[in-house]
Amino acid sequence: MKEEKFSPKIVGFLCNWCAYTGADLAGVSRIKFPPSVIPIRVMCSGRIDPVYLVKAFLGGADAVMIGGCHPGDCHYKQGNYLARRRFALLKRIFENLGLDADRLKLYWISASEGPKFAKVVRELTEEIEIKGGNRIKEEIFI
Amino acid sequence: MVNIFKIKRKAEEGLKDFLLFLLETKKIEAVFILTKFNNNGVGYSLVKDKAVLKESVPLYPSMPANGGKMLSTLTLREPIRHTIAAVLRPCELRGFVELIKLNQASEENILFISYTCPGVYPLSVLKIGHETKIYEYWEKVKKFEIPKEVRPTCRACEHFLPYTSDITVSLFGENIDKETIFLTNTKKGEIFAEGFAGKIYREEKKFDRLYEIRRKEKKKLLSELDEKGWGIERLVSLFGRCISCYGCSKVCPICYCKLCDFNSARHEPKLSTYENELSKRGGIRVPTGILLYHLGRMLHVGISCVGCGMCTDVCPSEIPISTIFLKIGSSLQDMLGYIPGKDYGEEIPIRTFKTEEFTEYTA
Repeated sequence: MKEEKFSPKIVGFLCNWCAYTGADLAGVSRIKFPPSVIPIRVMCSGRIDPVYLVKAFLGGADAVMIGGCHPGDCHYKQGNYLARRRFALLKRIFENLGLDADRLKLYWISASEGPKFAKVVRELTEEIEIKGGNRIKEEIFI
Repeated sequence: MVNIFKIKRKAEEGLKDFLLFLLETKKIEAVFILTKFNNNGVGYSLVKDKAVLKESVPLYPSMPANGGKMLSTLTLREPIRHTIAAVLRPCELRGFVELIKLNQASEENILFISYTCPGVYPLSVLKIGHETKIYEYWEKVKKFEIPKEVRPTCRACEHFLPYTSDITVSLFGENIDKETIFLTNTKKGEIFAEGFAGKIYREEKKFDRLYEIRRKEKKKLLSELDEKGWGIERLVSLFGRCISCYGCSKVCPICYCKLCDFNSARHEPKLSTYENELSKRGGIRVPTGILLYHLGRMLHVGISCVGCGMCTDVCPSEIPISTIFLKIGSSLQDMLGYIPGKDYGEEIPIRTFKTEEFTEYTA
């Protein structure tokens, strides 16, 4: 029986104006990158309650990423700054509680950075393939 | 160097004398204070009657509810209309200040009185033989020591000196059987105290020794918590007993939501969620989402946690929530250089930002 190769599932919260458009551009430009990201479009990275990231993580996502506009370029002026703060709090909590904080990522990807989006997904997928799957999938009493 | 006035009365009586003076001279209309009922328990009350005030117990070592949270219920929709005095513990006062920042309370027309806090007993401890416990408690305070059996977060509390009170009663290491020492921290406090007791003089008050003791206790408490290691198994072993009563959220001063998001329909798992999880994991706890609630609470309120310890006290499953939140809260607060409730003007860190920061967290 052939063993299935581990294929990471990454949940990506992408802001409508920058990261999501950038991801779309990567697709339209036919750039090759692994289909590991499950995209969730939000209007702004600042809209993301860090609880969503935790929910994805506890649900078994092998990695969770936020894609937002570059600092200073947020369509809503300061949403991405707030997202960065909340993300930092989340990282710190994960570190303190012994949960794998490396599975949480924050990227700034602009609408024209199709190749960057593809690169980010490629690298993250490789990183997670080496790390292995999120062990939380084995936990029943969640 | 602090401004001090004092009177030759036992500490709790001296404080009540001061409050009676404020009532009689019409400087205040009422007092928000801890009162005893039926000789059976204590609770916060708004008191105007002098006889009732004489029977109140402002320094009683028990916190049936976070006083700051209770006071905020009075000022939620509008400020108090006549001047009152509120006697609160430092952590309760800090909780109140955080609630002001969250638009859930107003400090207008309130004279804040607090004291150097020795801590409170868990609600379960003060039930039997309490008279000896109260005696032991004050004996320890006189010697600058931490009373045994107070809440773990009280033992480890570095914020025993109130930050925003108008007047502070100094208890540690004072001759509390014979005199009441009042420190005035604000101009408002000085004005209210005028005419009560002789002159206000200046003196050096040092609390270094107590800071040292408390810091050591905090380090000990947190390292005991860390001993068993961290990770998903530890989290499940800690929070697995949770029965989702939401008691912790109900008593927390910072958790002000009338309906917790995690307790609402938004977080009700559907049958499809369970079926999904079943195929993914081979089994799933029913109901699912308990760990999400606790981690969610850490994210939403951890930065403002004042360490009052109400959560552990009310937990029916005896989960050490307040110790875990002390660990997480302190970590987040250190990361952002923030002390909750210290400064009215300092915005809660999740509502502000710097244009350059945390570059190490962005890939």
